[in-house]
Amino acid sequence: MILAQVVSDATAGDTGVGEAIVFWILGPVALAAAVAMIFARNAVHSALFLVMTMLSLAVLYMMQQAPFLGFVQIIVYTGAVMMLFLFVLMLVGRDSSDSVVEVLRGQRVAGALLGLAFALLLVAGVGRTMFAVPSVGLGNNAANGNLTGIGRLIFTDYLLPFELTSALLITAALGAMVLAFAQKKPKAKLGQRAAVVARLRGDRISPLPGPGVYATANSVAVPALLPDGSVAPESLSEIIEGHEVDEAPRPPSDAHSLTGRRRELEAGE
Amino acid sequence: MTLAQQEGLTRTQQLLADDPIWLVILKVVVLFAVGVVLTLFMINWERKVVARMQQRPGPNRVGPNGWLQSLADGLKLAFKEDIMPVMADKKVYFIAPVISTIPAFVAFSVIPFGGEVSIFGEPTVLQLVDLPVGVLVVLACSSIGVYGIVLGGWASGSPYSLLGALRSAAQVISYEIALGLSVVAVVLYAGSLSTADIVAAQGTGWYFYLLIPSFIVFSIAMVGETNRAPFDLPEAESELVGGFHTEYTSLKFALFFLAEYVNMVTVSAMATTLFLGGGQIPWLGHLWSGFDNGWFQFLAFLVKTLAFLFVFIWLRGTLPRFRYDQFMRLGWKVLVPVSLGWILIVFAIRAYRNSTGGEATVALLITIGIVLLAIIAVAFGLPDRKTPDDTVEVASDYPVPPLDLAVPDRPRHRLPRAKAAKEPALTGKEE
Repeated sequence: MILAQVVSDATAGDTGVGEAIVFWILGPVALAAAVAMIFARNAVHSALFLVMTMLSLAVLYMMQQAPFLGFVQIIVYTGAVMMLFLFVLMLVGRDSSDSVVEVLRGQRVAGALLGLAFALLLVAGVGRTMFAVPSVGLGNNAANGNLTGIGRLIFTDYLLPFELTSALLITAALGAMVLAFAQKKPKAKLGQRAAVVARLRGDRISPLPGPGVYATANSVAVPALLPDGSVAPESLSEIIEGHEVDEAPRPPSDAHSLTGRRRELEAGE
Repeated sequence: MTLAQQEGLTRTQQLLADDPIWLVILKVVVLFAVGVVLTLFMINWERKVVARMQQRPGPNRVGPNGWLQSLADGLKLAFKEDIMPVMADKKVYFIAPVISTIPAFVAFSVIPFGGEVSIFGEPTVLQLVDLPVGVLVVLACSSIGVYGIVLGGWASGSPYSLLGALRSAAQVISYEIALGLSVVAVVLYAGSLSTADIVAAQGTGWYFYLLIPSFIVFSIAMVGETNRAPFDLPEAESELVGGFHTEYTSLKFALFFLAEYVNMVTVSAMATTLFLGGGQIPWLGHLWSGFDNGWFQFLAFLVKTLAFLFVFIWLRGTLPRFRYDQFMRLGWKVLVPVSLGWILIVFAIRAYRNSTGGEATVALLITIGIVLLAIIAVAFGLPDRKTPDDTVEVASDYPVPPLDLAVPDRPRHRLPRAKAAKEPALTGKEE
């Protein structure tokens, strides 16, 4: 929408040179980043392209004499919202890319249709503002500066919508917390002292044997060996052992490989 | 810009708007230089101060008294091999340190370093820009700066880096809320978001004692925001090797380092601006009118900022690192509610004063005093919290000495000293 406004300003002929330069640099950047966001393979790259679009828009707002809007866009959208997105995406894992399998039947067709409809709606709405609706400007509302104007309007004319929005947001946040935590059983957290007592009263006081300490490798997947060469059962990781793997046949356990005597023997023979 | 808007400008904004282009470029270069030089100075100062706290000499080889050590280290770092990890996401890995460094310097531009001066005959102020939303610029820059850390950690393709990045994301989001809320009261009192206006509004009294809770919350949150000890969880070396920059080497690592220190300088300068009256000089200003000079104000600003930076170093030398859950609890359950409550009180008092006029203030203060006294009286009347009893329960049946063992005062049978000296020692020669 801002793009359209800038274009209309440019056609009206009251755009400064600096503003035009900024627009012609940042407009294509914002658009290209938006397109790249859709076509990027990696989810994190997608998010980064969206950040780029948002930053370009923020600078455009600032050029339109709306510095408050611009910086709030950076703080709220780029700083908080997209950061949370990134947070989740990073947890998902770096190599996960889009799945090509269609999970819901007819999802793509429906998506394309809805997207087209939305685009039509936007074009119609923005087109109407460009031609039919006369531009009013800020008028008296920004007489004492942008910020004062926004503050006065929010706390006078638009108080009810503002409060309703905040109530809605708080409800959403509380709801998310209830959904996340209410189903869990409250478990008393073990304090430091209680943990020590539990450990001393338990079966084993010392830590479990580290994997591979007495073996020839130090990988987590290699179990510790007892002095007689058998596997120490406490050193096996539940997670690793729980997975089925196609295992290459393990070479027979070889005590000589620890001392290197076998090689000497071979050399001697 | 129309004439009407021009008239609404403050003196600072008028002076800045009249700056010729060479002056703007000069200011930009000087700001950059100040950031880099302060970083070099800070690294050395930190090492020296921490060394002194730990009773050791610290760097003392390169340059006079070792003050060029960080310069030498920086130059060495630039010539180190630049390693790109195999698992790295190449482009993001490359761009992350840049994203982290640039906003740190951009935030410098709104800091009002001093008052009106004349540079080569051109009257101006020691500030690059004075935006009507100056405080928000600093907040925005810090929120962009985190992207550098988060992306750097993610793109390295190493679990330690990723953990550091995740911690950093959660930490900065949490502490930015506390930081933003602590600024609200200041903005309310100053009636403006512009940094120069906030400094000017503190002519009648600095906010660090007028708005003590805000100042305390800001001071704590700014340490969390810059990832410094005791809140340096994203790079906790005892848990995560180096945290988000584990895989970084050479200049890229140097950029992360630079960003961290410039951020420290920025938040310190911001704290000076918001709470310590910027470049205002207390008491001395009345003695000699020459102290109104902008350069003196710059000096005062620098001294106050360095005081904050010293506290950063002091904290690092003194406090152990927080555990992650304790750290989050402090942020969300202490700092944020305290700020919210404090803002509510400030709003209420101001609304009351605005509605009734100045003469009602005395009555209000007396009422608050009575309420406080009543609360204290009630607090004394309440029974004490039960303290857990000190009896120690032996956890296992392993034989241990009694835990309440007391050292006896003196041995019951002691030979008189003179007699002990004459007595022949039992050396086994008697046989």
